[in-house]
Amino acid sequence: MSEMKPTKLWPIAIQWSAPRTVTAVVIIALLGVLPVIAGALESSYYVSFATRILIYALAAIGLNFILGFGGMVSLGHAMYVMLGAYAVAIPASHGVTSGFAHVALAVAVCIPLAAGLGAVALRTSGIAFIMITLAFAQMLFFGAVSLKDYGGDDGLTVAARSTLGGLDGFGLNLANNATLYYVAFVTVLVALYLSWRAVLSPFGLVLRATKSNARRATALGHPIFRYQLTAYVASAVVCAIAGVLLANLTLFASPAYGAWTLSGELIVIVILGGLGTVFGPVVGAIILLALEEALPMLIEATLPDYKSNWMLLLGLFIFFVALFLKRGVFGSLKR
Amino acid sequence: MSALVTHSLVKRFGGVLATDHVSLTVEPGELHAIIGPNGAGKSTLIGQLAGEIACDEGSVHVLGTDVTHMPTHKRAQLGLARTYQVTQLAKEFTALDNVLLAVNARSAHNFRFWGNAHNDATAMKKAATALATVGLSHLHHAEVGMLAHGEQRQLEIAMALATEPKLLLLDEPLAGMSQGESSAIITLLKSLKGRYPMLLVEHDMDAVFALADRVSVLVYGRIIATDTPGRIRENTEVRAAYLGDEV
Repeated sequence: MSEMKPTKLWPIAIQWSAPRTVTAVVIIALLGVLPVIAGALESSYYVSFATRILIYALAAIGLNFILGFGGMVSLGHAMYVMLGAYAVAIPASHGVTSGFAHVALAVAVCIPLAAGLGAVALRTSGIAFIMITLAFAQMLFFGAVSLKDYGGDDGLTVAARSTLGGLDGFGLNLANNATLYYVAFVTVLVALYLSWRAVLSPFGLVLRATKSNARRATALGHPIFRYQLTAYVASAVVCAIAGVLLANLTLFASPAYGAWTLSGELIVIVILGGLGTVFGPVVGAIILLALEEALPMLIEATLPDYKSNWMLLLGLFIFFVALFLKRGVFGSLKR
Repeated sequence: MSALVTHSLVKRFGGVLATDHVSLTVEPGELHAIIGPNGAGKSTLIGQLAGEIACDEGSVHVLGTDVTHMPTHKRAQLGLARTYQVTQLAKEFTALDNVLLAVNARSAHNFRFWGNAHNDATAMKKAATALATVGLSHLHHAEVGMLAHGEQRQLEIAMALATEPKLLLLDEPLAGMSQGESSAIITLLKSLKGRYPMLLVEHDMDAVFALADRVSVLVYGRIIATDTPGRIRENTEVRAAYLGDEV
């Protein structure tokens, strides 16, 4: 019935000179060469730190898909990160080390869980949706605490990073920090590209409409529940994959990964970067994690007596962004 | 077959009968207007017909299908389209995207994640046609939140039309409009008359008497008279209850 032009690589004509595009391209390029620079400086710490940024960015991209584009404020998305981490740690403790198995397990558990929880939570909206997602996340958190065989609230260490089967032969060994970094980097790029396409697709048009005016979208005849639930599950899967990467980075899985504070941190990242912008979560993750890293050092160097008060400065920064950059740091740039 | 039949429809809010055993029909091609004082239950009735408000008793049939317990989006898929008294638009979208959203609501293949919605030439053409019908062709790429009130009202109608409706429910399309803006809408409604069965809720008596084939008068949730505009004007009960010296 309807004709679509043959699919192009870029879903829209890119304005290469627009501040947003330039910023995104520069950041991606810098992230792309970061291990090379760090290697030259012989600083493996910064590769690990940047990997952590990428993993948080990935989880935030997942959350942004429903928060920024679908208007669903989930205060429980860290539970999917935790789930992904345990999908590495538990099989690894039984000797299953294949990364493909870890990802498959994370996705296989995540989809039915998110579909079930989402179906319940989406009966509501607004504050009730926030409370229900939070309540489920807390249940899962205490569920993980009660896993006495797998460390309980102490968490579970992972003996070694996931193996990549035959790919190890091609030099892809996650034990190498730079390799893990590039796996996270490529995963982030893929997630960005997929969410970009999805947002501009007919599906995305309805999803964005549910945020803007769900009542109208329904009255036009769109079965919005189906759209919201699909987006919710997709967003959870992205977070679960972030969890798989996180367990590989830290060689650890713990209930703390599912703490509601982490869910809150993901929301801060999304809003800081720019709600409803595809690239915003990457910018938000870089800013938040860099500040969390830099502020304590800065204070220690200048006012050592107040070292433990660095959070105050972070709070001030978030306060000013919320006040003056209502669309977030990346969202405030011209497209 | 009647486009719309309600039989003894009831809605209670606590002890208040907001809809009191309302039975009405909209025949094919007919423009049936509902008038009534503020608080008569007009918007509640529209809400019940569209499915946003559950019915306590009675039944609603759209084009012969019993929709009494059907959810809103399924009624819309049957061809029931509505506009709102208070505009309900995707304010962050462009005018074109609002109408495209309406066009896509009729597509059986809208659950697609890949292609750009704007590259669907057929849908885009339909959306542009709907905007042209209401006279908003020059505002394709305007953000809806920035449009004038009258233009937003026109867009409301364009969205309803873009769903290729088989029955239109218009909830006070002239609400809050200037003289010039409402005469444009009245001209538009006249041009649509006969092409779609319409149920029009409206306060503007001149508009109602100029447009309607039949008029029902709703007072305290109850229909006290249904007749041609001419006879409604003469009806003493209606005059006493509502029209007063306005006619």
